[in-house]
Amino acid sequence: MSAPLLHYVIFSTLLFCIGFAGAVTRRNAILVLIGIELMLNAANLNFIIFWRYGVAPEVLTGVVATIFSIAIAAAEAAVGLALVIAIYKHRKTMQVEKFDTLKG
Amino acid sequence: MTPIVKFLWLIPALPLLAAGISSLLSKKQRIPAAALAIGSMVISFFLSCAAFLTTLHSEHGPFREIGKVDWLTFGSTTLQLGWVLDPLTGIMLVMVTFVGLLIFIYSIGYMAHDENFKQFFCFLALFAAAMLGIVIADSLLLLFVSWELVGLASYLLIGFWYHRPSAAAAAKKAFITTRIGDIGLMLGMFWLYSSTGTLLFYDNGNGCLEQAALAKLVGELTVGGMAVSTAISILIFCGAVGKSGQVPLHVWLPDAMEGPTPVSALIHAATMVAAGVFLVARVYPLMSASLTPDITSTALQVVTWVGAITAVFAACIAVAQNDIKRILAYSTVSQLGYMMLGLGVGGVAVGMFHLITHAFFKALLFMGAGSAIHGCSDEQDIRKMGGLRRFMPVTFATYAIGMMALCGVPLFFSGFWSKDEIIASAQHWKISQIPFYLALIGAFLTAFYMTRQISYVFFGKHASEQPSGKKQDRKQEVHKPHESPSVMTMPLVVLAVFAVILGFIGTPAWPWFHAYLSGHPAVVDFSKLAESIGLMTVSAVIVFAAIGLSLAVYLKIATRSDRQVDPLQKAQPAVWTVLANKFFIDELYEATVIRLHRAFATFSDWLDQAVWSGIVAMISHIIVALSWFSRKVDEDLVNGGFDHGCDGLREGSRELSRFENGQIQRYLRTIGVAFVALVLILMWGCK
Repeated sequence: MSAPLLHYVIFSTLLFCIGFAGAVTRRNAILVLIGIELMLNAANLNFIIFWRYGVAPEVLTGVVATIFSIAIAAAEAAVGLALVIAIYKHRKTMQVEKFDTLKG
Repeated sequence: MTPIVKFLWLIPALPLLAAGISSLLSKKQRIPAAALAIGSMVISFFLSCAAFLTTLHSEHGPFREIGKVDWLTFGSTTLQLGWVLDPLTGIMLVMVTFVGLLIFIYSIGYMAHDENFKQFFCFLALFAAAMLGIVIADSLLLLFVSWELVGLASYLLIGFWYHRPSAAAAAKKAFITTRIGDIGLMLGMFWLYSSTGTLLFYDNGNGCLEQAALAKLVGELTVGGMAVSTAISILIFCGAVGKSGQVPLHVWLPDAMEGPTPVSALIHAATMVAAGVFLVARVYPLMSASLTPDITSTALQVVTWVGAITAVFAACIAVAQNDIKRILAYSTVSQLGYMMLGLGVGGVAVGMFHLITHAFFKALLFMGAGSAIHGCSDEQDIRKMGGLRRFMPVTFATYAIGMMALCGVPLFFSGFWSKDEIIASAQHWKISQIPFYLALIGAFLTAFYMTRQISYVFFGKHASEQPSGKKQDRKQEVHKPHESPSVMTMPLVVLAVFAVILGFIGTPAWPWFHAYLSGHPAVVDFSKLAESIGLMTVSAVIVFAAIGLSLAVYLKIATRSDRQVDPLQKAQPAVWTVLANKFFIDELYEATVIRLHRAFATFSDWLDQAVWSGIVAMISHIIVALSWFSRKVDEDLVNGGFDHGCDGLREGSRELSRFENGQIQRYLRTIGVAFVALVLILMWGCK
């Protein structure tokens, strides 16, 4: 137990806020995706933190949940990038605010 | 049960099937339709012969076997239909199928040029089925159903040439007039059912014509001290009066001659009109039931009087008619009167014997008349015919045999034996001698008008042979008559043979027919002949006198035209007018019953238009007002409120949809702000 719980929580909160700011403010669709990945990682970090400082650190629940989450994040990133590329081919643009309609 | 009794129902069922199948054929399939009708009749005829032969064997009393089926079950009551085979059924079956078959064959020739040939055979087969149904019925209900079917077939066939207004009117008249009688029959049937609880005639001791039921019916009294059996009998007799054209319901039968001649022969001479007589014969145990067995029952007295009056009444009218078929029609009415008289005074055998012989010679006469009409290019007025004996020898010979049978020319003709028996029974009637004298008068008149008819039609000269000066007055050329094809003359010959030989089954010397009906062996006894020789001489003298008188009056007539004044008309114009107008019975009905109905109809019409339609109009106005009100409520209240609500929703939705602009990051921002707000609220709430 080197550092208190609060430090880790502040760290993960900051990471979430940075990711959120990026996702909300960036215009490039790929950067928005990166922001979302940051938010997800902040959440993963929280799993680990609360597992380690939780009631039963000897059971590997937090790690398992995080591994699943990372696997899903990978899949999600793959789908997200594929969508971005498909939209780019169609619209010839990366600007998120231009993607305001579902009709082709 | 004897096998033939088990399958007795096939006899009417086959023609019914034929009628059903041929109704499905197309109009052009003439040969299949005729083949079906005739084929079914042939099979029925053979079955009838088998049934007849079965009834010949009986050890004690008349042969009688029944078959029955449950028809309707309601609650604990079951209505049964049944058929019976006894001598009465047996002889009628053979007669109906045989005469019917001959007439079917004759129709092929007579109706050859008619476009509704197929329909005609369909109706004929239906008629035959219904008539055979009446004959085999062992239940008043089945008899009644067939009875009405016969009425229907008769209606269809009288109105067969419905494009003629007179035929259509005659069909309606026949149907409605017989219906009046049928109401009586129906009421009698209901009463019988409510009193005895069964409509089966014979049911091994439980039938309504058997001892137990009869004793009960005779014992009960109803209005006016009349026994229930008498009342029921008279009601049932009403049906017979309608169907058999007895006075006062005879008016339809002469008009029924509007139908094709084979129909007149089959229905209105040989079979259907005999159904009334058959009905009386069938319910004879009920008719004759009375507490005092040696005196004729009241019901039978009614039958006797109606029959006797009809016999003379119709014969009088027949004297003054000029239409060949109408003369025969009135003669039929008169002969039916004889049959009723015979039933009344002499019992089943006497009436039925005349029915059977009459069926053969009257069918013969009608078909002969049809042949003459056919040969003279559809001419029915006897004054325009004449001299046909040279043109149509076969028709003449057979017609003469029929005529002599009808007149009762002694010894060799069936009509003599059957009619003589009726007269003899009337002579021995204990209640009154008047029917006896009426019967003698009827016999005289019958011989007179038949001789008049035959001298007009077959003797003298035909119009086409008259001096040429006369011919030029006529607008159209008169065709020479021709003999009919053999398909028409062959049945005539067969019937003529039977018109002669049938008499010998019921002579006083060998009363086979009576023995057959009562189930005893017949005994040959020539001494009986001697007993009745006196009366036979009387009737023979009467017949020959009438024929001689008639020949003397009518043979002299040389010219043939419808302007010809009848010698009787010259002698007694007043009497002639009354007779030629059929005693003004039609006019009487027109002035009384029909006028009453018309007045009632007018009143009903007024009631309908003034009262009922006023009420209906009022109701309709009320409904219009109500519906106007409900429309207002609907439009203003329901629709208005709903529309208002919808408008509000639409406005709200428009406002909300502004947020939905597709800017994902803006959504995300909104989610972020909302999340922060949520966290703040939760934190604040936890304190």
